[in-house]
Amino acid sequence: MWVKSGLLPLLFSYLLALVLTIMPLPTVLEPWRPDWVSLVLLYWLIAIPHRVGFGTVLVMGLLTDILMGSTFGIYAIALVVMAYPALRHFQRIRNYSLTQQLIIVAVLILMKRVIVYELEHVLNDAVFNLPYLYPVLSSAIIWPWLFLILRRYRRRYLIR
Amino acid sequence: MKSLFEHGPSLRTRLLLALIVAGALMFLDHRLQTMQPVRSFLSTATAPVQYLAVLPEEVMDRLVYLATTRSALREDNQRLRDELLGLQMAVQRLNFLENENARLRQLLGSEVRAASRRMAAEVVSVATDPFSHQVVINKGYQSGVYEGQPVLDNRGIVGQVVSVARNTARVLLISDQSHAISLRAERNDIRVIAQGTGSLTQLELNFIPHSTELQEGDVLVSSGLGGVFPEGYPVAEINLINRDERLQYAQVFVTPYAQLDRVRTLLLLWPANAQEQPIFEEDMEASEVNDVG
Repeated sequence: MWVKSGLLPLLFSYLLALVLTIMPLPTVLEPWRPDWVSLVLLYWLIAIPHRVGFGTVLVMGLLTDILMGSTFGIYAIALVVMAYPALRHFQRIRNYSLTQQLIIVAVLILMKRVIVYELEHVLNDAVFNLPYLYPVLSSAIIWPWLFLILRRYRRRYLIR
Repeated sequence: MKSLFEHGPSLRTRLLLALIVAGALMFLDHRLQTMQPVRSFLSTATAPVQYLAVLPEEVMDRLVYLATTRSALREDNQRLRDELLGLQMAVQRLNFLENENARLRQLLGSEVRAASRRMAAEVVSVATDPFSHQVVINKGYQSGVYEGQPVLDNRGIVGQVVSVARNTARVLLISDQSHAISLRAERNDIRVIAQGTGSLTQLELNFIPHSTELQEGDVLVSSGLGGVFPEGYPVAEINLINRDERLQYAQVFVTPYAQLDRVRTLLLLWPANAQEQPIFEEDMEASEVNDVG
């Protein structure tokens, strides 16, 4: 069977993550926008690693690149590198408490953002500013809620 | 659920493969610049996501509009009418001066400045990446937008178009770290280059000697050199000159006139010497072709 159960809800969650990434926000909240694409990808990587793998991560990365207008491949590389530890240790991370997961997610997203910055710095002479790392904090804070919501979503639509 | 043991290539091999693919794409895009058609196509394909992203805001705006009272609308109307009257009077004078200018230039034997055409565009999304200041507008090559096109708002120059899709285009703001614009001081014609710093409210002038005649408060207009931006549009005002002799050059910071942090409606400009032409839809009364000097 080609269309596995819950394909559409899965794709919808990706779409929602992309939309939230570029949705206009008030200037005050703008630097605190959580890293939605990384969060959603991390959840699926941990929950259904046999189905969501580097292919999905690569495609999502390229789509983010297009939406952000950055050089092709910057977000793709950063997301792929971020996905590796998650895929390697998904069984362990699954069994951690939400607080422990939160710390791991923060570290992974920090890693992703540092890679994006380094690549931008090498390719386009970007200059570092601290607000770029605020989303690490906001993403970590939002992770437990996102985890619970997505788990319910996954069970409701039988994504497995 | 699959079994505990992996099938196919190992995780590390797959990681390597994904990295090679992404790295190759990056090389193709950045070094060889061969991805432009792919980029344009994918931008067109992802345009719905961008429209989806501004949908809540538009619905909100619509609701606010529906909720405005009759008297508020009437007041608004009156205010706009007054404003229009003032502008019309200013335009009369402008037309006169423009004709006079053209005549005088003819007498001097220099080239008469041709008129340029413009079109209004709405900002669809703002790139949230702090390393690149870009906005996406809702006009693409279907409307005649081209790469390198100057973009303005009602106060000054905002940036230039860097990539074009069918119905959207990407505008690089003058505050982007990779953007520099050639300017001229209005008071004494000193030529300077303003480089973006990554801050929306501040640009920096490069290579200014300590003995410069520039002063704080000087108005900088586009110089027209470089061929991208037309001459004579206001861009920025000098707000700080640091003449610290220990530094090699004077540090000069300028504030752009355009409100880069709240861009909403932008103006696309087709300079007179551009080969591309604006393509208007029939039902677009709001953005008529205007002649500007």
